[in-house]
Amino acid sequence: MNRETTVNLLLALLLLGAPILAANLGEPFYVTLATRVVVLALAAVGLNLALGLGGLLSFGHAAFFGLGGYVAGILATHAFNGEPLFADIPATTSMPLIWVTAVVVAGLVALPIGAISLRTSGVYFIMITLAFAQLIYYFAISWPAYGGEDGLSMSMRNAFPGVNTAKPLPYFLICYAALMVTLLLFRIVEGSRFGSALQAARQNGTRLAAVGIAPFSIRLVAFAVSAMITGFAGALYADLNRFVGPSMLSWHMSGELIVLIILGGKGRLFGPVAGAMIFVFFEYVLGGITERWQFFLGLILLGIVLFARGGLLGLLSGKPRHV
Amino acid sequence: MSEPILEIRDLRKSFGALKATDGVSVELQPGQIHALIGPNGAGKSTLIHQIAGSLRADSGTIRFLGRDVSGLDMAARARLGLARSFQISSLAQEFSALRNVMLAVQARQGSSFRFFRQVASDRDLIEPAMAMLERVDLAARAHVPAAELSHGERRQLEIAIALALSPKAFLFDEPMAGMGPEGSKRLTTFLDGLRHEAPMLLVEHDMDAVFALADRISVLVYGRIIATGTVDEIRSDPEVRRAYLGEAA
Repeated sequence: MNRETTVNLLLALLLLGAPILAANLGEPFYVTLATRVVVLALAAVGLNLALGLGGLLSFGHAAFFGLGGYVAGILATHAFNGEPLFADIPATTSMPLIWVTAVVVAGLVALPIGAISLRTSGVYFIMITLAFAQLIYYFAISWPAYGGEDGLSMSMRNAFPGVNTAKPLPYFLICYAALMVTLLLFRIVEGSRFGSALQAARQNGTRLAAVGIAPFSIRLVAFAVSAMITGFAGALYADLNRFVGPSMLSWHMSGELIVLIILGGKGRLFGPVAGAMIFVFFEYVLGGITERWQFFLGLILLGIVLFARGGLLGLLSGKPRHV
Repeated sequence: MSEPILEIRDLRKSFGALKATDGVSVELQPGQIHALIGPNGAGKSTLIHQIAGSLRADSGTIRFLGRDVSGLDMAARARLGLARSFQISSLAQEFSALRNVMLAVQARQGSSFRFFRQVASDRDLIEPAMAMLERVDLAARAHVPAAELSHGERRQLEIAIALALSPKAFLFDEPMAGMGPEGSKRLTTFLDGLRHEAPMLLVEHDMDAVFALADRISVLVYGRIIATGTVDEIRSDPEVRRAYLGEAA
């Protein structure tokens, strides 16, 4: 087992063990905190596919995160009020159905956004993805039916067959399982032919085109899949907070996801997990000491960018290796 | 003469007032190595870029295997069987030499939207890729990242990648650039054998190599072809001697 695998395993065990311990000690707050880590990590795993593997610095992934959240919130609200969604399509409070809807919606929205944004690169790509996300943000704010600026509160968590989702630990375990399954899929895709082409597109798009693979189509699929994962996380996040609001769609959220990846290690399987752990840890510990905790987070980020480009995983397990 | 593999007609490309390609017509016949020579700044690389599709011509046509490919992008032309090498090595730097070639094998098999099977254990990719590395004498360095290969090894790797595409024509842009005399000599012998696999349009500054390899030579000066002919015809052409060879001799 190489060092990165060991580090990954330790992170996974820590993230599982800590909330189980906290639940047994009767500290549900820490379980919720760990769930926040897991859901943010999942959202960042999505972005990591586009950014880490594909080199696509999307500054608009909050759009997909928020869309996933609104899918969960809107379906739950309709179901609670007993209103059908459209003409005779019923709403639902079933998590699996909500997840599928969130993933499909995020993917469908990502395709046209990607198709337009991917015609540009560099700073223009960053700006155009940001612009699309802001478009959706302002749309949400100005749509009173679903809370507008105030967002949507959900009176109870959606349901998962056989699990009491209202309790913190079972809900944590659902989210944790979702994260682990997604990480496994991420690893598989990374090592596949598609993953090879995607990483080659990041390293040298001209080279990829010269062997006959159009980088655009590879990047577009990666962008959509990336958005689907982040949308899935959005649905889980809404259920975690029993609330969804425009803040999930705001550019701060997009920035946060990028920060998570840089903290943890860009393109590394567990980079987003490590990043989310550091982020939430500082948010909680420093946030308890000072309201200006983000100032210190900024300093840490600066240190990482200057001295530890590989993020926490780069520090712990060295350079990544390709076969 | 038989139907040319690659046929360029009246190609033009300007950058502002500079006519980088000024009405160029070239044909590449089956089994031939056609060398393109000319002084620095004559527009050789610009021409290669237009043929490969990384640069769009202002006007003129490029026919490949009897089909007009002027409107196709680089990836589409590569899929038709036009394999190029770059003047300055262009590789996936973090990937090993082997993975660079595997990418070409994967492209040739037309299968980049597969999401499950792992390439690291995919013998359909590894074995053909390894065979190409062996052909260019790079098998021993298969697992070294491209970024850590020497300059000469990168040139060899570029050629292995082009070979892995089983192309219908090669476009080689100064494959000898920066190689020592020993390396150039070996590469010359190697390229000599390639003409039977696919014809080659070769841009090269190394005149020994050009005279040893070329079936035909075209001389490009200021974006125009001033002469096309066999090695002997070009050597004895007074205009070519004045414009180009005279400076070198």
